[in-house]
Amino acid sequence: MLKVLRVEKPMGDRERGSDQQMMQSLIKAIAESGDRDAFEALFARFGPRIKGMMISSGATDDMAEDLVQDVMMTIWRKAALYSPERGNVSTWIFTIARNARIDRLRRQPTQPYVDVDTITLECDAPTAETQVIGSQSDARVREAVELLPDEQKAVIELAFLRFKPQSTIAKELNVPIGTVKSRMRLAYQKLKEHLEELR
Amino acid sequence: MSIHHHLDAATLMRYASGDLDTAFTVVVASHLAMCDACRESVRVAEAMGGQCLDDAPAPMLSDGAFARLSHAIDAGVTRDTPVVPRAREIGSQHASDVPLPLRPFVGDTFDDVSWRMIVPGVHRHRIELADTQSSLYMLKIGEGRKMPEHGHGGPEMTLVMRGSYSDTLGHYGAGDVADLDEHVEHQPIVNSSEPCICLVATEEPTQFKGIVSRLMQPFVGI
Repeated sequence: MLKVLRVEKPMGDRERGSDQQMMQSLIKAIAESGDRDAFEALFARFGPRIKGMMISSGATDDMAEDLVQDVMMTIWRKAALYSPERGNVSTWIFTIARNARIDRLRRQPTQPYVDVDTITLECDAPTAETQVIGSQSDARVREAVELLPDEQKAVIELAFLRFKPQSTIAKELNVPIGTVKSRMRLAYQKLKEHLEELR
Repeated sequence: MSIHHHLDAATLMRYASGDLDTAFTVVVASHLAMCDACRESVRVAEAMGGQCLDDAPAPMLSDGAFARLSHAIDAGVTRDTPVVPRAREIGSQHASDVPLPLRPFVGDTFDDVSWRMIVPGVHRHRIELADTQSSLYMLKIGEGRKMPEHGHGGPEMTLVMRGSYSDTLGHYGAGDVADLDEHVEHQPIVNSSEPCICLVATEEPTQFKGIVSRLMQPFVGI
């Protein structure tokens, strides 16, 4: 039943860069003209992955489908707020999915996250430098993550794909919480350094 | 604003993955509202999530999933318009010095907060939150006053929003955050001419040292 919808072949860095540009142009078409075909193309790419992420984090099939609807609707509404220089399309959609999941599980809404986004949009004026990082970071992020030791990769996957709390990650990996924290810090430092090499 | 004390990278990662509970999320978001550097850092941490989404399993969606969405859009959806960035000089603080993420909880100014005196020179305002095991409160501490020396039963995060204090860990001014784990003992002393206003999240009740402090703890209640 869980037939994988992936039709794309594995991509090289150059293809991945153009893939990222295509995703950005889809968002732009949605923002500027409410292009329903562009939206469907984006849906075909991200809908199944959002569902996969929600199921990985413990959602039922129905709840995962509902969250896909929530997330895609937010993308439709907020497309004009996406700015490539602040991160790639996948990262932007990840934050929307994270927030949708929190809104579903908690009574307290994700307003603090929304407020931070508002400040980012109002105050963090894009510069030529951040634009360079934005357009190239997709491949750089992948490189950096692939270079991480397995033990750090495992922590990242549990936290960002499966949305496991830190305490659960520690139990599942049978290590102290302090070890989970230090792996998180190391993974973050590696990615930051890798992205900063572009400057 | 010159900020010297930032969020721990492990905290940035927990915020980015949505793992912090509400009390800590509000403190982190309030620091992010004041700190350009940490907003940039969060974007780096969130890129991990983008990568995981790209690599997520992609199970088939139910029949008609896109049609459902398309019908909902046809029924009428308000769409956001682009945000025009404000002049850089205005900074991250908007008009008020209450950080934007804190305003839904306490209003637009610290003056209207219902402060309660807990000891002379020290006022507290507790912020009630749904679904959290942690406490979130603001402290307003007068010039030259010190908090009793204390260690923590669990993680504690303190954001200075106005004024400043010093302790063994250094000098903390507006925008600085003390992102501490359970092992730290410290005794902040306010050294600004105006009262120091802080936002504090704690995971467990704070432990004060000494007999007087211990006697005071039920009364102070922090």
